[in-house]
Amino acid sequence: MSERHFRVWRGDSEGGEFVDYTIDVEPGMVVLDCIHRIQAQHAEDLACRWNCKAGKCGSCSMEINGKPKLSCMTRMNTFGPDETITIQPMKTFPVVRDLVSDVSFNYRQNARIRPLKPRPRGKDGEHRMYQEDVDRVQEFRKCIECFLCQDVCHVLRDQDAMERFTGPRFMIRLASLEMHPLDTDDRVPEIRDEFGSGLCNITRCCTEVCPEHIGITDNAIIPLKERVVDRYYDPLMWLMRKITGRK
Amino acid sequence: MATSMSPPAAAPDGTKPGGHPTRAFQTVRTDNWKLGPLLTVAGLGAFVLYSTWRAFSGVHYWVEPYLSPFYSPLIYANPQHWAGSPIAHAWFGEMPQALIDAWPSFLPFALSPAFFILVFPGSFRATCYYYRKAYYRSFFGTPPGCAVCPIGQKNYQGETRLLVIQNLHRYALYGALAFIGILYYDAFLALRRGGEWGIGVGTLVLFMNATLLAGYTFGCHSFRHLVGGRLDRFTNAVGAPGLAHRVWRGVSWLNARHMKFAWASLFWVGFTDFYILAVSRGWISDLNTWGEAMGGH
Ligand code: SF4
Ligand code: SF4
Ligand code: FES
Ligand code: FES
Repeated sequence: MSERHFRVWRGDSEGGEFVDYTIDVEPGMVVLDCIHRIQAQHAEDLACRWNCKAGKCGSCSMEINGKPKLSCMTRMNTFGPDETITIQPMKTFPVVRDLVSDVSFNYRQNARIRPLKPRPRGKDGEHRMYQEDVDRVQEFRKCIECFLCQDVCHVLRDQDAMERFTGPRFMIRLASLEMHPLDTDDRVPEIRDEFGSGLCNITRCCTEVCPEHIGITDNAIIPLKERVVDRYYDPLMWLMRKITGRK
Repeated sequence: MATSMSPPAAAPDGTKPGGHPTRAFQTVRTDNWKLGPLLTVAGLGAFVLYSTWRAFSGVHYWVEPYLSPFYSPLIYANPQHWAGSPIAHAWFGEMPQALIDAWPSFLPFALSPAFFILVFPGSFRATCYYYRKAYYRSFFGTPPGCAVCPIGQKNYQGETRLLVIQNLHRYALYGALAFIGILYYDAFLALRRGGEWGIGVGTLVLFMNATLLAGYTFGCHSFRHLVGGRLDRFTNAVGAPGLAHRVWRGVSWLNARHMKFAWASLFWVGFTDFYILAVSRGWISDLNTWGEAMGGH
């Protein structure tokens, strides 16, 4: 057991401040355990969102020593023994109170995306697809909607471009539909024009923070950018389309 | 509910509710996040300085039978230059007098054979998705590190508007694919000197160079797209069944290591040139089966 120091941001959308807490920490504890202990011993009104404590519900996202992380998956033994640990809510979304932020921006983005529009069923009345064709899409299904990628993306976080860019989590959802072996919808124009694929400058912070290790930049965003190139920026492809009359 | 989702405004001390800083390079991170961008600046900076100097110098790029990759393919030779390559090696022979005359004399450097070709590998690396990330972060600070405040831009446009040019990467890729063949050809030529088969350390250096460049080029994101990424159903691809998926998987393997190949091939191409410079100058001698190296002087 050892004594550890924390600086936790307390406040609401009007403002607030860092408050220092000291608690005893045992081996095996994660940051979320420490927040619970702070609640139990010092500040029962400290607001924080959590649910599964297993890295699967995506509720406990916050910034720990400046890094967007799941607090239930951040072990205390990853910090130096004398390190003070700073805990903040996510920067990109408005603060509700203390460590809880209003992530409704993300739900609105989700609602903008048109659902799967599958091709007709086969003669036997089944939808058939091959595993190798859905592998890519299945990687994206691992997303737990923690929104850490949305939080760290500088386009949303710092560039004041939330109206123009949907963010990495929704780029992977768009990719999972655009690459889907059954989907018949043409999504390329809106990926560029409405969801803002060109605003991502592929600096990969989303990939670095994703707790599910989804290759957001390499496997979703860059492939989408390449499909946009096919459609709009490749003179050879354009000529081919003119000649063959195909899309 | 408000429909606009602009983040809350910053307090007078520059922090936002949540205690986050907002000014360029500020962060709450406590780790050494500056190391990555600094190494990138050092690595890319050193390469650009060295390659520019070597490209402009126009000498010591050839020591029989090795040709520096900065000068390959050799369009025109300039044998009148000290330790330039012999004319026989160049595609179109000696540098035409008209070109030499047309070169503005107020420039402090002569027309170097490297100028005809460096635009190809140069544009390929400059528009590479990996290097874009590297220099956006380390040279332009957008952002300098994850959760580190970027250098402020009034109206951030990302890769739209001016930088839409990055979308020409796949054209640079076509050029780069040809260069793999050219550099392997150079390496095979380096197995013969004065009509005699043999091998030298320089030959191995050239083969290594072509191989690392191939690893880098075949792991390119645009290549990955063209060989299969563009398909929604690999099973619909033309060609043998399963072929498109297998090729795409192989390219994806290289793609996952694209950053490592980017640095390894960048370092090695510089080293290859330096090796040839050093042998040509007589600073070192090339260990080979032919006996004493033929220096450039
Ligand atoms: S790679 Fe693109 S989406 Fe991901 S964090 Fe960077 S700018 Fe945002
Ligand atoms: S992509 Fe990763 S970081 Fe983003 S919301 Fe999903 S799980 Fe979280
Ligand atoms: S509490 Fe569910 S992910 Fe952390
Ligand atoms: S993405 Fe790096 S070479 Fe194409």
